[in-house]
Amino acid sequence: MINKLLTNSFKKAKKENRPALLTYTVAGDNTKKKSFEILKSISKYSDICELGFPHNTPIADGGQIQTSSYRALKNGIKINDVFSIVSKFKKLITDKPIILMGYYNMIYQYNENKFIDKCKQSKVDGIIVVDLPYPENKKFASKCKKEKINFIQLISPTTSKKRLKNIIKDSHDMIYYISMLSTTGGKLKVHPRVILKEYFKIKAQNRSKNVVIGFGITEKTIKSLKKADGLVVGSAICKEITNSIKKRQNAVTNVANIVKRLKNKIK
Amino acid sequence: MKIKKKIPLIDQHDEFGFWGEKFGGSFIPETLKKPIEDLTKEFKKLRNDQKFLSKKNFYFKNFIGQPTSFVKLNNLTNHFGGAQIWAKIVSEANGGAHKIYNATVHALICKAMGKKYIVGDTGAGYAGKMLSMAAKKFGLKCKIFMGAKDIKRQKPNCDAIRKNGAEIVPVYSGSQTLVDAVSECMRYWVSNCDNTHMCVGSTVGPNIFVKICGWSTSQISKELKKQIIFEFKKIPKKIKLINCVGGGSSAYGFWSEFIDYNKKQIELIGVEAGGPKKSLLHAAPLSRNAKIGILHGAASYVCQNNEGQIKETESISAGLDYPGVSPLHCFLKDTKRARYTYATDEEALNAYKIIRKFENLNPSLEPCHAFAEAIKIAPRLSKETIIVVNSCGDANKDKNILKKRLGSIYDK
Repeated sequence: MINKLLTNSFKKAKKENRPALLTYTVAGDNTKKKSFEILKSISKYSDICELGFPHNTPIADGGQIQTSSYRALKNGIKINDVFSIVSKFKKLITDKPIILMGYYNMIYQYNENKFIDKCKQSKVDGIIVVDLPYPENKKFASKCKKEKINFIQLISPTTSKKRLKNIIKDSHDMIYYISMLSTTGGKLKVHPRVILKEYFKIKAQNRSKNVVIGFGITEKTIKSLKKADGLVVGSAICKEITNSIKKRQNAVTNVANIVKRLKNKIK
Repeated sequence: MKIKKKIPLIDQHDEFGFWGEKFGGSFIPETLKKPIEDLTKEFKKLRNDQKFLSKKNFYFKNFIGQPTSFVKLNNLTNHFGGAQIWAKIVSEANGGAHKIYNATVHALICKAMGKKYIVGDTGAGYAGKMLSMAAKKFGLKCKIFMGAKDIKRQKPNCDAIRKNGAEIVPVYSGSQTLVDAVSECMRYWVSNCDNTHMCVGSTVGPNIFVKICGWSTSQISKELKKQIIFEFKKIPKKIKLINCVGGGSSAYGFWSEFIDYNKKQIELIGVEAGGPKKSLLHAAPLSRNAKIGILHGAASYVCQNNEGQIKETESISAGLDYPGVSPLHCFLKDTKRARYTYATDEEALNAYKIIRKFENLNPSLEPCHAFAEAIKIAPRLSKETIIVVNSCGDANKDKNILKKRLGSIYDK
């Protein structure tokens, strides 16, 4: 075990006989203060909170997360703000794991070691780097491990068998399975049965790894994938923020409500 | 960091795809690992396959048309009274620019891999136009991703793309130019990589795309080498090969056969887009000392802020309006084999005016950046010095911009 908080969240969900619910929001969407409030309010229902550090050239994100990212950047969010959001959150809520997610150029510009130091200081539990695949990520992953931070490997439907084995062997406590060939926020175009079949192939390799499924998960689809260790919802939440802003409604309560509904669907 | 001799530059990378240990690589989402691995294997096989090579040569000759001519610009040379100014008229290639080489090779690879759909990005519209031509030629369904701003300013090429039966997907995100078109094209490929082949329009992107594009455009320097030897009976003692650099595909193609020569004999000069005179939004990462960053799957010098956000760029030339640059050029810069500088919008326009006045040539705004440098240095050089400019695109696509900025000169 590399990170206690993450592992415990999965254990707790398992005890309740349900998958862990992972939520993704973009740090600074739509302001630094608001995004902290949103994070705080959804953490009541979410088991693990993913927080995106926005990039303006995201090659794997669909429209919803792009909109959230551009909005956050326009309002001036900086990497150090992302860390301060995490710190503040962690001081308030000590038992909820936080995973940072983003693109490698931002880590590279910040400096890898400094980035990991900052993660440690602000008590980040896991990191997902969208465009730093295996095996190129080995060095960075081992630096994370040293600081008890989970580097979360991604697996997709195109990952070959041999590659799958190697990735799992070098992975930490948690693995992220991308449900289909898509950017984030795509419509679920693959039958849940097929997704779960692939999912169990990964589980069969090593049952101790917590495998979560993401991409295409919404209020409509979440129930059909209940058998997984964890399920990630991102674009559906970002969309809710966009809609709330458009309608001049309170994004914090609207987003908390959607996460509450998501949670109820997998109970 | 050192360049090896007798090995094509495109092959001088390590196992992770890095040139000089830090440029290039493949920073891609997991989903693209497999399709990129497949493409890498396929290309390795095809480039050594006699049948494929003769097919490629056949289409280079009969579809693209080769060789493109190599001519002395006598009036221009006499006017400046310094170095001899020559041009390789690559815009004679079918479609009017060097982009046809890469497009044709990608269409052939797509066919060989049994895929029916091909997608590509475009800035000036030439990469898109050529890909649509090649797709039509080989019976492939084609989608072109193009920034909304570029669709407006390069209308003639858009018309051509649509006429060839390809669909243009307008991209409204970010600065609505090439950088966003490439991002959107990559996103589309992530979602459709099982039945679709992607063509990256320049020597940028993940390692394999840099290699395929460089391999394709190297045709230019293969022809040029023969033509120079034919004209001068040997390789002259002082040559300067001047090329514009956006992504850098035409420059690499123009130089590849000459990289092994001593730089005192053959100097390689790349000219980037300086943007409008007082603008800070230039697209010149090499000549204005940008930091290394990761853009579109590769590490290269990139115009970006301290946080790693990619900067918006501004140039009159849509084909050079890109914040990154090929890892090959970063490698050539750091090894000091090539020298990089920039020309402003105004200098490029002025070069166009001068070329139109003295020569029967109609270079697009991209090569006008290279001509601007040639005009700048020619007067100070000896008559024995041979300047060769790659006139890699035709100005037809720029007619609206040229009419607006220079009045009636375009119609002369």
